[in-house]
Amino acid sequence: MDTTTIKSNFKSEEYFINMGPQHPATHGVLRLLLTIDGEIIKKVEPDLGYIHRSIEKMCERDSYQQIVHLTDRMDYLSSHINNEAVCLTVENALQLEIPERVKVIRTILGELTRLASHQLWWGVMGMDVGALTTYFYGFRDRELINDIFEETCGARLTMNYNIPGGLMFDIHPNFVQRTKDFITHFKTKLPEYDRLLTGNVIFQKRMKGVGILSKEDAISFGASGPVGRGSGYSCDVRKHHPYSAYNQVTFNEVLKTEGDSLARYQVRIEEMWESMAIIEQLIDNIPEGEYKVATNAVIKLPKGEFYQKVETARGELGVYINSTGTKNPYRLKFRSPGFSNLSLLNHIAVGGKIGDLVASMATLDLVIPDIDR
Amino acid sequence: MNISLSITKNIHNWLFSIMPEGVASITEMVLIAVVYLAIFAVAGLYLVLLERRVAAWFQLRIGPNRVGYQGLLQTMADALKLVSKELTGTIKADKFLYNLAPYFVIVTSLMALALFPFTQEFQAFDINIGIFFLIAISSIGVIGILLGGWASNNKFAMIGAMRSGVQTISYELSVGLSLITMVLISGSLQLSEIVEVQKNGWLIVQGHVPAVIAFMIYMIAGTAETNRAPFDLVEAESELGAGFHTEYSGMKFAYFFLAEFINMFIIAAIATTIFFGGWLSPFGITESIPILGLFWFLGKTLVLIFLMMWFRWTFPRLRVDQLLTLEWKYLLPLNLLNIVLMALIVWLNLTIQF
Repeated sequence: MDTTTIKSNFKSEEYFINMGPQHPATHGVLRLLLTIDGEIIKKVEPDLGYIHRSIEKMCERDSYQQIVHLTDRMDYLSSHINNEAVCLTVENALQLEIPERVKVIRTILGELTRLASHQLWWGVMGMDVGALTTYFYGFRDRELINDIFEETCGARLTMNYNIPGGLMFDIHPNFVQRTKDFITHFKTKLPEYDRLLTGNVIFQKRMKGVGILSKEDAISFGASGPVGRGSGYSCDVRKHHPYSAYNQVTFNEVLKTEGDSLARYQVRIEEMWESMAIIEQLIDNIPEGEYKVATNAVIKLPKGEFYQKVETARGELGVYINSTGTKNPYRLKFRSPGFSNLSLLNHIAVGGKIGDLVASMATLDLVIPDIDR
Repeated sequence: MNISLSITKNIHNWLFSIMPEGVASITEMVLIAVVYLAIFAVAGLYLVLLERRVAAWFQLRIGPNRVGYQGLLQTMADALKLVSKELTGTIKADKFLYNLAPYFVIVTSLMALALFPFTQEFQAFDINIGIFFLIAISSIGVIGILLGGWASNNKFAMIGAMRSGVQTISYELSVGLSLITMVLISGSLQLSEIVEVQKNGWLIVQGHVPAVIAFMIYMIAGTAETNRAPFDLVEAESELGAGFHTEYSGMKFAYFFLAEFINMFIIAAIATTIFFGGWLSPFGITESIPILGLFWFLGKTLVLIFLMMWFRWTFPRLRVDQLLTLEWKYLLPLNLLNIVLMALIVWLNLTIQF
């Protein structure tokens, strides 16, 4: 008997299992329809819509100032950057000249948001592979950023700080000092992350060579952000299409070519260093000036189509506005990073174990409201 | 003066004076069982509290400190809550096995406790095949987990139960073999005698290199046997929800939960008895004050329990194939070699005796 006939004599039965919409690994209401053979994943089908709130449709009803506030609720961990994306689109359409001060503050706050998001991701990532302690370390440092936001924006999660034309109000007098203090603090704490999790043998074994995504696949699936860059796909919007003050700073686009879970993990860790470098370059020379330019109380965009993309903590967020010249957009579409990144989950998880699926999903850093909108 | 001994002797004499012999010994057995049950239910609860405080310490938190002084009544309150909770279950569960499973787990854990010499004379059940009995008993616990996972008619529970079966059966080998390594040097399977042997030095010192290797293997395999992180694939909450006890609630869940902590105590207590001299003090003064033996025994056990908690709150979880690779490709061959090494050392009289 050759090996194939021996194998066919053993009956292996695939079965179906429902992961979610309420499951600890899916971080929200993502539902995964898994086809499993023993422990081996045969097929992953994400089922979306459990937190769909038709934000895009609501945008057609709202004025441009109101739309900004809806975007907080998409990718709530990058809420500041989401706000910025809409504001930039509207400002570009109106061809407003934005003061340098606004641009710099937006960039600093954007990078702080990215840091906070990556810290939370790191904590949850550890939890997904079973190291529960990381969660509290991540949250300890994130708390300091939230405090800075609380002081300046008045909110800790849904910032609502950007408005078309600038910022809602000026930064708090403590902002510069507190941000500097945070950077000094976090520079000593980030190596702790590596000591606690990255270097761990079990962690390395869990991540290395798991959930491999090639550069070609990353491009064809539309991967962006750390997921794309972990596969060697240079897709940093801040680098290729600089917006706000990103053309004034020097930073490296972190690229890894391995394409496995560990690469995506390391990209985020190194991005935290880069974010701190960006903030350090800007924090000491925030230009003086106005914190907003006056806009009409009712903003009417000119007739036409406008598109602006920004780099959120998860990847490329695109805002497409189709305007007919009224005070509401005719159609508004968000290109969310999470949606494209989720689409490649089946590709990277098939053939792995259930544990691998959870670990790879954690490195995609999914925020479900961002996918469903 | 041996206070603890005199109390039990008095009770013993009193019982036999007022009852016929058969009834008296049965009454005595039941009394001892009740006392053990009470002690270890409470001990289990306090281990839960200890774990929560230790976890909090690792995680930059404070931990439960509101109910009672420093949270000392927290787990009591939790237990009270669990007792008063409704017992829910799935409709299509295999009712008989579903209800039976928690008892398998908790009863086997409590049975093992009877064997330990907590201090001189403080031992409920001193049989000459003690270690063999311990290994046998600890294998039965997995049946409870398998039954629980299978009978709840839930796929997540089922996966958890199958993982548990795979894991416990594999790591049982390592636990057994590392204990057998130590039996080679102690020359006895009886736990009280193993402690006696260590009056010339703890076995981990007497057996030096192979004993240290055996201890390390034992601690790894022991942690795996209790299904605790980094080997908590059985419940792996990020993968399986709650694993095999997904469908259990109230007191039935509490049995599983408590059993985990009592098992942890057992694993640490075995290590204390076999590697670290049980109730013997490092300075050799326990002979005169027997109650001090309890202090030494519990102290050593708690240090080892702390070690296991340390594992749990710092390590990520292994994957199921890595778990089996570790056991079958590394621990088991190393263990077999270690037995040969230990045999050589005992044969050539290279042990360290004080």
